[in-house]
Amino acid sequence: MSRQLRQRLGFALLGITTALVVLPILLLVGYIVVQGASAISWEFIVAMPRDGMRAGGLWPAVVGTVLLTLGTAVFAVPVGVAVAIYLAEYAQDTLLTRVIRLAIVNLAGVPSVVYGLFGLGLFVIFLQFGASILAGSLTLAIMTLPVIISTAEEALRAVPQSFRIVSLSLGGTRWQTVRRVVLPQALPGVLTGVILGLERAAGETAPILFTVAAFFLPRLPKSIFDQTMALPYHLFVISTQVPEMPVRIQYGTALVLLVFVLSMNVVAAITRSRFRAKRQW
Amino acid sequence: MAEAPKFSLDKVSYTYEDGVRALCDIDLSIYPNEITVIFGPAGGGKSTLLRLLNRLNDLIPGRQLEGRVLLDGEDVYAPGVDVHALRRRVGMVFATPVPLPMSIRQNLTYGPELAGIRNRARLDELVESSLRAAALWDEVQDRLNEPAVALSGGQQQRLCLARTLALEPEAVLLDEPTSGLDPISTAKVEASLQELKRRYTVVIVPHSVQQAARVADHAVFVLQGELVEQGRGEQLFTMPRDQRTEDYVTGRFG
Repeated sequence: MSRQLRQRLGFALLGITTALVVLPILLLVGYIVVQGASAISWEFIVAMPRDGMRAGGLWPAVVGTVLLTLGTAVFAVPVGVAVAIYLAEYAQDTLLTRVIRLAIVNLAGVPSVVYGLFGLGLFVIFLQFGASILAGSLTLAIMTLPVIISTAEEALRAVPQSFRIVSLSLGGTRWQTVRRVVLPQALPGVLTGVILGLERAAGETAPILFTVAAFFLPRLPKSIFDQTMALPYHLFVISTQVPEMPVRIQYGTALVLLVFVLSMNVVAAITRSRFRAKRQW
Repeated sequence: MAEAPKFSLDKVSYTYEDGVRALCDIDLSIYPNEITVIFGPAGGGKSTLLRLLNRLNDLIPGRQLEGRVLLDGEDVYAPGVDVHALRRRVGMVFATPVPLPMSIRQNLTYGPELAGIRNRARLDELVESSLRAAALWDEVQDRLNEPAVALSGGQQQRLCLARTLALEPEAVLLDEPTSGLDPISTAKVEASLQELKRRYTVVIVPHSVQQAARVADHAVFVLQGELVEQGRGEQLFTMPRDQRTEDYVTGRFG
């Protein structure tokens, strides 16, 4: 076989493999759209579920997922960004910071159901928050932290060192340098990490299973100490726990969850590209 | 010279973390209102010497400094010295112009604002006077709100000089400020140096021996961390006392 032929064959093989990667996501999204599109209507989103969830809408689950995502952001974003700033801008390379980094990497690897159990033990039982939006948000926040920390730290490190040196040479303190030069420049990257982290939180079932999610609760929560329905757990429930569930409602629910999560992805992508176009380095 | 030196280095040695001795036993006095040129082959410790003066070397972990660096007779490395205030008194311009990612005006007001100046009129005044001193005012006065990166390389470097002057420093350190510039921009920067020395102590690491000879009032030849010879510019470049200085100045090595 000639060298050129071998090269062409190699490229073709790589191309096919790459195309194969796209296939599952196309199939998955396509199948859910085909099966679930007929269920989608304005009412499906904003109506209460009826008839043991076999009819009506998703409203409490939609509201619950939005609230949990916001609650996660409230706890995870300030802490995550603060840790990232410390690690990227202040921490020296000591045994302690190495242990912290190792902990963050390992936190990312903990199975989500373990977070759920941990949240149950700490927030629901020990701190007596009960199964509540507060407990669920905190559990999701801990799960989200490693994603936010590592992406934010990376974004901070990507800001050229020369900006820091210039700022310091102009009499800036480290904090002034971070706040006025480094952080604004790293913001798009930080935001992307935040959104990706929250997206994962919005779609998770296991961590909310024991900490907040209600099986069937056709009303909206009144305080952060209330339980709530949430889309991922609702999907689990209507797919496995309710007999004679119409298939189109199951797929319709999956479609709503998918659109919710993927639209966060799109927001992240747009944020990133818009800031990148404006970036001056 | 009757005047008191602005900077005095008293038996200064400097070692990096990896044990490399960048400077060895430097004794040096730097006087106000003249241009002191620190020159020599690359890697000889010129930048290190310059960065000792405003403590920008503090950023490097594991360094070791012996001897004393005095500014107006006071040890800048003494405990309790406000290093941020020191860096405002001793401004610095780097080899590569690094405009901060903001507008021209914001680049200039950045330092003064960090120092706590909030008064708009005062800031405007600093913007104009510093740009005039760096010979950039005429070119940018109508576009102060444009991003600083939009400027050409030569303009950026003069902006960086203006940004340093906006701090109203007592001394200005320039580390090969014209290494990336064309001859015309270089001439503009060199011309503004002559203006600067009326008001400031100017210390420059030049990017060539020719530049050193052009601008030096006082010249300091540094070779491999050692101060070989220093003297008035006209003397040192025409009648060097040390053979090594003569060899370098006449282009026999370097």
